[in-house]
Amino acid sequence: MKTYAEIEAAAKRRQRIKTTIIYILLTIWAIVVLFPFYWMILTSIKSYSAYNSEYIPKLYTAAPTAQNYRDAFTQVPLAGYFLNTVIFTVITTAIMLIVTVLAAYAFARLRFWGRELMFTLLLSLMMIPNELVVITNFVTITNAGLRNTFAGLILPSVTSVFYIYLLKENFQQVPEELYKAAKVDGTSDLKYLFRVLIPICRPTIITITILKVIECWNSYVWPRLITDDRSYFLVSNGIQEIRENGFGRENIPAMMAAVVVISVPLIVLFLIFHKKIMAGVSRGGTKG
Amino acid sequence: MDKKSMKGWLYLLPAAVFLIAFLVYPLIDVVVYSFEEGYNFASQSYSGHGLYNFSYVLHDPYFLQAVKNTFLIVIITVPLSTGLALLISLGLNAIRPLKELYQTIYFLPYVTNTLAVGLVFMILFKKTPYSDGFVNMLIGAFGGSGVDFIEGPYWAKMFVMCVYTIWIVLPFKILILTSALASVDPVLYKAAKVDGTTPFRTFWKITLPMISPMISYLVITGFIGAFKAYADEVAIFGTNLNAAGMNTIVGYVYDMLYGDSGGYPSYASAAALILFAIVFTITVINLLFEGNASIANQG
Amino acid sequence: MRIVLEHLTKKFPNRDKKIHEDVVAVDDFTFEIPDGKLVSLLGPSGCGKSTTLNMICGLEKPTGGKIYFGEDDVTDLPPENRGVGMVFQSYALYPHLTVRGNILFPLQNLKGKDKLSKEEMNRRADEAAKLVQITELMDRKPSEMSGGQQQRVAIARALVRMPKVLLLDEPLSNLDARLRLQTREEIRRIQKETKITTIFVTHDQEEAMSISDMMVVMQAGVLQQIGKPQEIYDDPCNLFVAKFLGTPPINVFEGRVENGWLVIGSDRILHIRGVEDREVYVGIRPEAFVPDEEHGPLVCDLKSVEVMGRDTSVVSTHAGIQGLCVRAIIPSDAIADPNGDGKVRFSLKPKKVHIFDKESEARIPFELA
Repeated sequence: MKTYAEIEAAAKRRQRIKTTIIYILLTIWAIVVLFPFYWMILTSIKSYSAYNSEYIPKLYTAAPTAQNYRDAFTQVPLAGYFLNTVIFTVITTAIMLIVTVLAAYAFARLRFWGRELMFTLLLSLMMIPNELVVITNFVTITNAGLRNTFAGLILPSVTSVFYIYLLKENFQQVPEELYKAAKVDGTSDLKYLFRVLIPICRPTIITITILKVIECWNSYVWPRLITDDRSYFLVSNGIQEIRENGFGRENIPAMMAAVVVISVPLIVLFLIFHKKIMAGVSRGGTKG
Repeated sequence: MDKKSMKGWLYLLPAAVFLIAFLVYPLIDVVVYSFEEGYNFASQSYSGHGLYNFSYVLHDPYFLQAVKNTFLIVIITVPLSTGLALLISLGLNAIRPLKELYQTIYFLPYVTNTLAVGLVFMILFKKTPYSDGFVNMLIGAFGGSGVDFIEGPYWAKMFVMCVYTIWIVLPFKILILTSALASVDPVLYKAAKVDGTTPFRTFWKITLPMISPMISYLVITGFIGAFKAYADEVAIFGTNLNAAGMNTIVGYVYDMLYGDSGGYPSYASAAALILFAIVFTITVINLLFEGNASIANQG
Repeated sequence: MRIVLEHLTKKFPNRDKKIHEDVVAVDDFTFEIPDGKLVSLLGPSGCGKSTTLNMICGLEKPTGGKIYFGEDDVTDLPPENRGVGMVFQSYALYPHLTVRGNILFPLQNLKGKDKLSKEEMNRRADEAAKLVQITELMDRKPSEMSGGQQQRVAIARALVRMPKVLLLDEPLSNLDARLRLQTREEIRRIQKETKITTIFVTHDQEEAMSISDMMVVMQAGVLQQIGKPQEIYDDPCNLFVAKFLGTPPINVFEGRVENGWLVIGSDRILHIRGVEDREVYVGIRPEAFVPDEEHGPLVCDLKSVEVMGRDTSVVSTHAGIQGLCVRAIIPSDAIADPNGDGKVRFSLKPKKVHIFDKESEARIPFELA
């Protein structure tokens, strides 16, 4: 019969082997995730000639160059795509925030005729896929002569039913006594919203802001439909344009440099706010 | 209407304007479009009402190809990505040091521009006259023979497509499953251990039932998301998906609307409604199935 | 500030939509609260006391009746124009603001000619903080404070606008027993210092008795009795009030008046005048019982004796009792059952014995014969 110490030692050994295997597997997956990023940075600093001479691609480069980045900004209007996306993202997110906060507040705190009905309608709108409404929106915007304008890009991108719902739920979690206390102190509704509700619900507001920024930065379908003038392209359309008619001959290192440039802002944003973003996505996801 | 109601509606007004203009009205309109036959974009006139648009779409080989592609992507990627996410989440949940680092790394694809990273995947898999590409180099190292995944045989293209789709959808699933696993009360595991339950049985009888609502949520949203696949395809194969034979239903809608063969909002509307019907049916079936399963579990 | 309620009524639509009759939360209240007093609204939960408070404060609109502050009709004024301060049960502190931010908040709402300078606001905030003794906590957030401290902040915030009326909605119910006693005294002290007319809502009769100048006892939306705590305790106007006040509660017996005797079961306990023969409820306060082995007319079966130090609680049974047992409080030096026969005989202090009509439960006055 084995002693207790022996059993314990065996269990420990088994545990250690198990943990090691888990770490190995997790590391392999981490490499799979990170490898495309490594490859894109690596390729972007290889020179055009070096890249094309590697029949078997090398996993490193001896002579890094910044030439591709210069090409990306000079030979294609990358800076323009970039600026367009920033303008589009900032304005869309700002309008979305105002619209969402006001609507969420109305649903959460104000008593008005038709509130229940409107909220039910809102919930049912959450089930409507974007693909279904894009067609008419395309026709609407085209008929309004808003193709190749920021207005045409932004207006249909503002609404986010889910964010209204998310924020309304959050507003309702703030105890009603706070609202009563504010009323006794003579606080107006608007002031209560800005001085009390918004500061208390700041985490949710930051979450929906970040989610919207990601959504805007990566949006492709709508901009593709509504713009064919390159001076209004966003980065996603820009990268597609670069791929198809970009640097004359297939200049893959320069393409990768452009890819790096448009990927960096979101990755930096993510590295700074990774806890908030992940918490937000997981909360948004579970509630959806 | 009294003053109080006015105030409520005033706060609601901006949202209502946007929602009606860009969500409610288009929803009604898309149904109208789909029944207008012979719609002419330039003159905005049509010749009559009927089901012709649906019939045209359903007989269009491009559409049928798109349906086939979409279904393949759905059937392959949804189970694989959910299973893989579950394995990775279990692994993550079993470790303590570096857990947060791994979690952060795994989430990275969520915040990247799909179009941009798709280009990297394209390069990794592509075989050109100058180079076999990285993936073919790996295949060669294991003694296989290279294949052009981007412009080669159908199965190879579908393979890349599924790999990229899984790479893109995993972060969200891992995140949701990791937090679902973490929220299982550890007392349950302690109790199981005291009762001498094997790890395998613990997983099937405790872990899985506890996180099953999240899994079915991921499966349903996974289905819906995969049926709407489009941007990932463009990222790998470029905008002319019909030529690559890799179009999806959503891609077909957009091509009909605006693109090389575009200008037919009626066909686009019909195709979009068909897609909506498919997604809706599958969601309902899923929900029914899940309802039955939970009743069976209780019984 | 004197407060007058005149036929104040509040009806709510029934939650059950099939029933069209409204629920009456407050039914035709008329009473006056004198200037500078601390008045409790007392009653079990759901009796309409919080609704009354909300109407005085202006958070709810009465269905009928009028509210006057002094000579002014404030019935239709919004809360901020009434000059009231309110403390909520959960304190309702703004979690994202510091203590100072919370206390300043009402002052920052003042507009036009009432607007204060920054220095003046801070001076007033400091003054309020000093009054409730939280000056050293001004930079903390509510989450970093104990319940008692949060309570003080809430009071300071209510006082900072120098209200004419201070309203407290169950302010002590979220505190533990020891803090509750402390804070109760604190509220009393602050009220005495500021001389602000204060209305205090509670369901705890002990709390109300100990703190208030005047009590308003309510039940199911109906006003029961108004008066000084001791007066109401000594002279309850009906069985509900008698039962609601006092710990341990009053003992209620089924009894009758027979030929000038008040009788419980077969025990003739008091010789009385002025009441014709009838069935009655007899309420006897626990402190009314005096052990009297020889002449005690009320004979009970002894169950247990609980020693409580200062005095002794005697638990016994009697055929006429409503409820489980008779509870008597006697001095600790008295002996309940000196001969050990399992019976305890009591004589009664007549002032602590009340009789009530069986139908209306109203109190029936009597004189001793």
